[in-house]
Amino acid sequence: MFVINCPYCGVREQSEFKAGGEAHIVRPKQPTELSDDQWAEYLFMRKNIKGVQFERWIHTHGCRKWFNMVRDTSNDEIKAVYKMGEKPPIE
Amino acid sequence: MKNKYSFFTLLKNAFSYHENWEKAWKDPEPKKEYEVVIIGGGGHGLATAYYLAKKHNLKNIAVVEKGWIGGGNTGRNTTIIRSNYLWDASAGLYDHALKIWENLSQELNYNVMFSQRGVMNLAHNLQDVRDLKRRTHANRLNGIDAVYLNTEEVKKFCPIINTSPDIRYPVLGGTLQRRAGTARHDAVAWGYARGADQMGVDIIQNCEVKGIKRNGNDVEGIETTKGFIKTKKIGVVAAGHSSVIANMAGLRLPLESKPLQALVSEPVKPIIDTVVMSNAVHAYVSQSDKGELVIGAGTDDYISYSQKGSHEIVEGTLSAILELYPIFSRMRMLRQWGGIVDICPDASPIISKTTIKGLYFNCGWGTGGFKATPGSGDLFAHTIANDEPHKLNAAFNINRFVSGDLVDEHGAAAVAH
Repeated sequence: MFVINCPYCGVREQSEFKAGGEAHIVRPKQPTELSDDQWAEYLFMRKNIKGVQFERWIHTHGCRKWFNMVRDTSNDEIKAVYKMGEKPPIE
Repeated sequence: MKNKYSFFTLLKNAFSYHENWEKAWKDPEPKKEYEVVIIGGGGHGLATAYYLAKKHNLKNIAVVEKGWIGGGNTGRNTTIIRSNYLWDASAGLYDHALKIWENLSQELNYNVMFSQRGVMNLAHNLQDVRDLKRRTHANRLNGIDAVYLNTEEVKKFCPIINTSPDIRYPVLGGTLQRRAGTARHDAVAWGYARGADQMGVDIIQNCEVKGIKRNGNDVEGIETTKGFIKTKKIGVVAAGHSSVIANMAGLRLPLESKPLQALVSEPVKPIIDTVVMSNAVHAYVSQSDKGELVIGAGTDDYISYSQKGSHEIVEGTLSAILELYPIFSRMRMLRQWGGIVDICPDASPIISKTTIKGLYFNCGWGTGGFKATPGSGDLFAHTIANDEPHKLNAAFNINRFVSGDLVDEHGAAAVAH
């Protein structure tokens, strides 16, 4: 349970948001040319990091916009929030 | 079995005020090398070690656990056991476990308090009714006991349920598996630990795995807080932390780890003698032998290892509980906690070899692993000992995410396990 600083709306309760999983997974340019292994890697395999993770969130019950977040999954501390397409503010 | 528990040992120890019971398992320091090392001393890991020693005659086995045995999800679940899954593969897997449960206390000489009090799944809308009827038929075809109940029969089986048609999600019917029920979760870990220990398995607690040493495509051992342990076979049964171990070996798994919450109420006199689950409103409840209501809530949708969860999840579950059981409106909740569950995209587990030789994973049990503990241990032991899956867990390989041959229980079992 935490609050999230939506880059469009400001600080709101986490219950207004939905998590969208790991961020910066690039969609393959030519999906039809992928092998089954590559497709599985893109579609299913995840780092599922314990520690600092880059992830996608959507403000479902607010502006309904997607954005990115850097969060420590071991204690739910949010390190940074940034818009889609922007570079992560921390490495 | 030496030091067998019986009425006579109970009587004998009563005379010495129960102060001279022998330790149920030793607390050894790790040896330099083992034939097999199991990472994770929960129910599944201890059961794996037990069956490796018992059925596959391996002598040199260790279980390493970063905390204390049974201190993770084994001690955090709502203890529900059932096998009424839709797909053949799942039905085979979970009913295999249920059959072992039915004789487990005798086998382990340890009372796991297995109670076949029945599990009822409620239907709240037309689609639920269709799905549950379909599942009842599928269960029967697989030799699993299942009956479909109409609203009156649901009320008769569990009179405290509000079956009024006026509630937001009225009860339209339900299924009942009479062989299903509950067991004492701690006793399962302790019973398997005692059994494994007596066959020579080293149970090493407070020993956290820090790295997996590989030589090319083979495993050579594990780095732990108690030093390096050499081994050619590693069975990982680390539940929510499976991906953490996998990352150490340079492997990626199709898992996401999320908090799942449960809560218990203050203890009251017996009021509900079965387990009632409702997928649609996401609430399930049973009563422990101490008298506490044991209530299962849902998972949060974000990845977290914090063993906490959102307040709104608990709130949602309790509001559903109150609508279904108005009698509980003044109950006070005693404790609430979270466990970290590793969920596969198809919500079915992985009991499998990997692309790395000697590295095996038993993970992805998500929100419903407790019920499978004995079967999971038995089949994982078979997989490790023979380097080949048993026919009952062949479908639960990692490669199904490449081949597309998923065991899609998500739609079928919905949220509740």
